[in-house]
Amino acid sequence: MSDCLVFAALFATYGVLGGSYAAGPQPKDLFELPLVAVNTSMLLLSSITYGFAMLTTYQGRAAATQGWLIVTALFGMAFVGIELHEFTDMIHDGATPQRSAFLSAFFTLVGTHGLHVTVGLIWMVTLMLQVGRRGLIPDNVRRLACLSMFWHFLDVIWIGVFTFVYLGGMLR
Amino acid sequence: MSEVAQDRHSVGQRAAGEGHGSLRDYLRGFFLSVILTAIPFWLVMSGALDSKIATALAITVFAVAQIIVHMVYFLHMNTRSEGGWTIMALVFTLILVVIVLIGSLWIIYHLNANMMPGMDMSQMP
Repeated sequence: MSDCLVFAALFATYGVLGGSYAAGPQPKDLFELPLVAVNTSMLLLSSITYGFAMLTTYQGRAAATQGWLIVTALFGMAFVGIELHEFTDMIHDGATPQRSAFLSAFFTLVGTHGLHVTVGLIWMVTLMLQVGRRGLIPDNVRRLACLSMFWHFLDVIWIGVFTFVYLGGMLR
Repeated sequence: MSEVAQDRHSVGQRAAGEGHGSLRDYLRGFFLSVILTAIPFWLVMSGALDSKIATALAITVFAVAQIIVHMVYFLHMNTRSEGGWTIMALVFTLILVVIVLIGSLWIIYHLNANMMPGMDMSQMP
């Protein structure tokens, strides 16, 4: 997966620059772990509900699939919303991407992940419309399976983000 | 390597007619993930381990474990009909990711160290 390589490179960049605060704010001053924990559970819940959507897809129950997709999208939106809230708080406190190399690397890595989730949400709405119009035809089942891989992949990346960026940042 | 072994195991299950992961699989993966997420958060927030290096190692182990759980239970790395090929693709991806991660860390770290002000590369022997 080429996307894996994008994130691998961004993680590497963060790994090197994560300690360069330029006398600016440090992870300990910025990160709120309870909020990150809520965010993590949002993404994890959206992963399991997408799993339920796939199960109902293979059972051919289009209405149930739609329902689970809506639940998944809501969890996904909650995730993006909390992340944007966190970003605005940080920028409001002067912790902008320009402040230090650590913050540039942080916003690039976490922002890229957030952007992926947003694109996944758009994709999901598109598929809801497709399933609504055509039902669970083989083409739509294949599309849903593709988005399933993408969505679960994003959760896998998030494991790396919360472990190394947030939890690791608190340990520095 | 245990990942690959588990992949093979599930390919066998699919041949036996289990299909695209069951409700039980998803729930099992979900509860394992919750546990594997809660423990590292608790370790860091409560500072249960005295040494920071021990905590860092522990959360890394939990992250790797959770990634494997996700791959097995959510991504069904194995359940494609092309069985063997997904394992090959996974191994290939892992090799590339490891090369990129280690290579980038190595190169960028040295570039970063050499970017310090007052350091003139032309005077190096």
